[in-house]
Amino acid sequence: MALDQSFVGRSYPPTVPYEVGREKIREFAEAVGDTNPAYTDAEAAKALGHPDVIAPPTFVFAITFKAAGQVFTDPQLGLDYSRVVHGDQKFAYRRPVRAGDRLTVTSTIEAIKSMAGNDILDVRGEVHDEAGEHVVTAWTKLVARAAEGA
Amino acid sequence: MTAKISYADVEVGTELPAQTFPVTRATLVQYAGASGDFNPIHWNEKFAKEVGLPDVIAHGMFTMAEAIRVVTDWVGDPGAIVEYGVRFTRPVVVPNDDQGATVEVTGKVAAKLDDHTVRVDLTATSAGQKVLGMSRAVVRLA
Repeated sequence: MALDQSFVGRSYPPTVPYEVGREKIREFAEAVGDTNPAYTDAEAAKALGHPDVIAPPTFVFAITFKAAGQVFTDPQLGLDYSRVVHGDQKFAYRRPVRAGDRLTVTSTIEAIKSMAGNDILDVRGEVHDEAGEHVVTAWTKLVARAAEGA
Repeated sequence: MTAKISYADVEVGTELPAQTFPVTRATLVQYAGASGDFNPIHWNEKFAKEVGLPDVIAHGMFTMAEAIRVVTDWVGDPGAIVEYGVRFTRPVVVPNDDQGATVEVTGKVAAKLDDHTVRVDLTATSAGQKVLGMSRAVVRLA
């Protein structure tokens, strides 16, 4: 069933702050096998001009995707989440995410399309720090595949 | 930002050092824990096959995280990344053996932009198939 176009442009309330921890960054960097010292060594990060260790570029997805869950599970939108695959992902950074950040995400539905029975949903997540400064924007495209026989 | 590559030293067509990234079932379990993405298609073969996949597949975001390393290792400072986007075109299938799969990533400077930034176009393949499309990063150089 096609999603309701009237949801385009809808924004959801900002999430409660996510506090970025050094050890969470280390855990993520180890999981992707990335030994760049900027992720684990505060002195190395400072030598590059950062106030503390920074997070790998895709780290913030865990935060924005969780925030976008408000959208995906909105019963009024009616997305069949069991049929969803990740289509595209994009980030635009004002600065890297770093340890100590307290980040909130505001999710907005940018587009809803229906193609060959698939529902395509574009969600933008604006990430701000505690001072209200923009840190990064994440765009996530989800595709809900048509149900068999639909 | 302290990129170790100078804008003046790169041209359109400059190739970045290519890299090959291994991915095994253990890698996926570790990534699931670190990222909080516990979708069973990334660790449960029975479930993956029930939903029509050939086998367990890697998280798309894992592949995305690996591909950008070709750029961050090149510039040194991961904070130099200004934009990064990919399209997930095919899954990386990860068999349950001691070999797992590999993702091969290449990168090339596609355009020189304003303010000491360049656009790098990436390719990522696994088992000879492209797994990412439109994989592009904008990075600020020295």
